[in-house]
Amino acid sequence: MNVKRIFATTQRILSQLRHDPRTLALMVVAPCLLMTILKYVYQGQPQTFQHAAAAMLGIFPMLVMFLITSVATLRERTSGTLERLLILPITKLEFILGYAFAFALAAFIQSIVVSSVAIGPLGLKVAGSQLSMIFVAVLDALLGLAIGLFVSSFAKTEFQAVQFLPVVLLPQLLLSGLLAPVETMPGLFHFLSHFLPLTYSVDAMKKVMMGQGSFTHDFELIALFLFFFLAAGALTLKRKSK
Amino acid sequence: MANAVEISGLKIIRDGKVLIPALNFSVPSGKIRGLLGPSGSGKTTIFRSIVGVQAIAQGSVQVLGLEAGSVGLRTKIGYLTQSASVYSDLTCEENLKYFARILGTSEISVDEIFELVDLGANRKQLASSLSGGERARLALATALLGSPELLILDEPTVGLDPLLRMELWKLFHRLAQQGKTLLVSSHVMDEAERCDELTLLREGKILATGTPAELKSQTACDDMEDVFISLVGAK
Repeated sequence: MNVKRIFATTQRILSQLRHDPRTLALMVVAPCLLMTILKYVYQGQPQTFQHAAAAMLGIFPMLVMFLITSVATLRERTSGTLERLLILPITKLEFILGYAFAFALAAFIQSIVVSSVAIGPLGLKVAGSQLSMIFVAVLDALLGLAIGLFVSSFAKTEFQAVQFLPVVLLPQLLLSGLLAPVETMPGLFHFLSHFLPLTYSVDAMKKVMMGQGSFTHDFELIALFLFFFLAAGALTLKRKSK
Repeated sequence: MANAVEISGLKIIRDGKVLIPALNFSVPSGKIRGLLGPSGSGKTTIFRSIVGVQAIAQGSVQVLGLEAGSVGLRTKIGYLTQSASVYSDLTCEENLKYFARILGTSEISVDEIFELVDLGANRKQLASSLSGGERARLALATALLGSPELLILDEPTVGLDPLLRMELWKLFHRLAQQGKTLLVSSHVMDEAERCDELTLLREGKILATGTPAELKSQTACDDMEDVFISLVGAK
């Protein structure tokens, strides 16, 4: 593994983002705006806002990075740049790590801004530390990236890639405990929720928010999902095609 | 080494259709070999097998003494794809520097290559805002990085004006004199004459191979256009 090539790829992706200020702005501004709306929607129920906001802080980075990664890697596939790269000395792992570092940095900045806005002007009360919140958010972002990378290989066009969002992420969102506690769901859904990565993201965020319980178990499972999807994504990057 | 590329018994099938039935093809080192044929004749497929990204059904493809796609070949082949594979949302300089860093070549060679392809004035321009010809030259520049021993150029001069085309062909000949091997596909027949040797292809089969002069005398034609029509058109 060559660190220079990973770093070169990370820098290249960050340069691409830098040339696209609108995407950058949307990445940071959109979650802040949604958080603000959430605050006023639950004006009379501050407790509900607490719960929903915690879950959203884990969901935003995952959602955004899922979308960005699936479109970005699909673009690499369709524009021929991926094939071009894979005949050069870069390995698949270096390529994926390059993406992971670039988007982790983007998620880091996003979560600093969004959590600061939530804690500051929006008055979100966090019993745990903001740092652990950002840590969980970055982890969620990487999970979104890994799933996006994997899913993008099943899409032939950007239209299809975007359609995977409702298919792959929205069911997870419904079953994650954002809308109703996982324990109160019917048996089958409760059972299914254990196999969905977003459930653990939402759980980890809630624990940080309430300052109760350790999120080590969530962390372990998110890491497990992360490695699984990264490995599956790496397998979809093929040097040879028909 | 006599042959930079040695293909024997190559068979390629895509979606149940046989694209290349059984190809024997070799490219001598230090020469410019042109690959001509109507679109769909398998030129790009052959190129893809040489760079090692094409799944092959049968046969062997040896490149610079190694099996196509070997790790040892990753820095030795420059490949220009037909649709200029560069990052649209990066500047020319960022594109070139990225590929240079992946190859591990020095940044000085980046400056030289900008001169070679005459893109010095566009260095800070986003690739998405380049004209078709400029974009093709940027892609060519990425293929020239690291001075590879074998250059696979799929339609390198499409959309370029005659002056620039002449400049590029001078460059190709200079590279061949330095001992590099070039495999070039083209649609433009006056360009075919600039190759040391030509191979004419139709439906994945080789129709003829020879120097431009040999092919002309073989078909009793005066210009390459007629040679192409007489060889490719004959059923």
